[in-house]
Amino acid sequence: MLKLHYNLEKISMGLVGAIIAVASVGGIVEIAPLFTIEQTVEIPDDLRPLTPLELAGRQIYIREGCYACHSQMIRSLADEIDRYGPYSLAAESAWDHPMLWGSKRTGPDLARLGGKYSDAWHVAHLMNPRDVVPVSIMPAYPWLTAPLDTSLLRDSLATLARLGVPYDAKMIDQAQADARAQANPDADGADGVRERYGEGVAVRAFDGDPGRLTEMDALVAYLQSLGTLTRAAYGIGTEVEE
Amino acid sequence: MTTDPRALPGADPHTGNREIDPVTGYETTGHDWGGIRELNTPFPRIALIALALTFAWSVLAWILLPAWPLGRDYTRGLLGLDQGEVAMDRLQAIETDRAAWLTRFDAPDFAALATDSALMAQAMPAARRLFEDNCAACHGRDGEGGPGFPRLADASWLWDGTPEEIAITIGHGINADDPDTRVAEVPAFDWMDRADRHSLAEFVASLPAGEADWNSPAAALFAENCAACHGERGEGGLGIGAPSLTDRATIYGQDAQTVYQTLTRGRRGVMPAWAVRLSEAEINLLALYVSRLSEMTGEQGQ
Repeated sequence: MLKLHYNLEKISMGLVGAIIAVASVGGIVEIAPLFTIEQTVEIPDDLRPLTPLELAGRQIYIREGCYACHSQMIRSLADEIDRYGPYSLAAESAWDHPMLWGSKRTGPDLARLGGKYSDAWHVAHLMNPRDVVPVSIMPAYPWLTAPLDTSLLRDSLATLARLGVPYDAKMIDQAQADARAQANPDADGADGVRERYGEGVAVRAFDGDPGRLTEMDALVAYLQSLGTLTRAAYGIGTEVEE
Repeated sequence: MTTDPRALPGADPHTGNREIDPVTGYETTGHDWGGIRELNTPFPRIALIALALTFAWSVLAWILLPAWPLGRDYTRGLLGLDQGEVAMDRLQAIETDRAAWLTRFDAPDFAALATDSALMAQAMPAARRLFEDNCAACHGRDGEGGPGFPRLADASWLWDGTPEEIAITIGHGINADDPDTRVAEVPAFDWMDRADRHSLAEFVASLPAGEADWNSPAAALFAENCAACHGERGEGGLGIGAPSLTDRATIYGQDAQTVYQTLTRGRRGVMPAWAVRLSEAEINLLALYVSRLSEMTGEQGQ
């Protein structure tokens, strides 16, 4: 064995070939399961896609780099389940392009954040985290009070639809109007949002002001949707107990 | 290119052996850089042993643990381990362990529990952790409250400070997404004349100091619009979520400007319902903890 290696080292191209062969084993083990992901990840029946407003919030989440400090994946470890809730399933982020699991937690995990705090808290916290959590090291994002640009939402939905997210023609058509309506409960279109995306969708003035559609509305709507798109993960514990 | 050792530079053309360095006794590689020759130092034995051990371990792991992807499946390993199941088993163990004392909070007689000092010694640190994980973001680490979030470490309560009432608030929330949620709201008095709103705001702001003039026109406005929820003299305590306006303990502030804002826009603060996240016993545990916050921080309501 060692002799073989000794001789291999003297043939530079042979050595290169052997290095490629060995290193690619690691790659194959990671990549191969992705070829069958369509069959191995079962989409839960109750999974809903993000609404246009939540999708806009997700894009702001990415733009501001939230994923650099917050993961969106509860690992299958007892302590994490105890603190955050059921561990994350691949199916929960099946329609996330790209997924935002993250691998670094400077702040807490956000996978099941939706509904944990009030909208007012999220707004106060994003404007200046120290106002509500004195020891927080999170940066402040006061510029989120800027008006939300909805002009690309239609295209965003259409793009995601091509990637397999079940946005139908009507959803794509109404994307801009739906985004406005979701942050204004008195608007005419509010019922349309619920009709298209389900009764569980929150229609509220997320930033406290129904008159203006801001980036804050979008981001808070997104944060409040985290972990609420399907109940699939909540079945895990009961199965084991049986 | 050749692999024949006899053809390599510096090698003996008959045996293929290369020059031995007289100081170290190691063979040289045969490369010569202006008189400096490179030693062909053998790889350290310990590294080779470590390499062999890790390789042996990896083969063992392939056999025992889930390892190789096989299209739609994977090799499960002889131990049949599944990370998800292991985690749920450990969680179960944690919960069983905790249940030893936590079950006493299932349907508690709070007064009896609070006198059980052995139980409290175990329960209160756990309650604090639960509070920090779930409640502290809004109410502060010691229940000191924040802008728009009520202070819990005092003796003023919108409903009542008993653990029973606090447990209802935690479980069902305030203005929350829960059929049994508590409801509390200041409607917007935007229909009221601006000047009236200003004078009413001034009036409400003067209540805590006891300097309010109860014969003024503003007092009449107060009697018409505010007294139904806040009490005839703003003393509160009706148990409907409307605070006393005489004790300075308000959520949003009681200076004239803040009160004017409250009157103009209304207030409808939200506390989420926790029954979806926490067990009943955990909610009761937190309720007891919260009801004792004012004693623990040594503060009393004004």
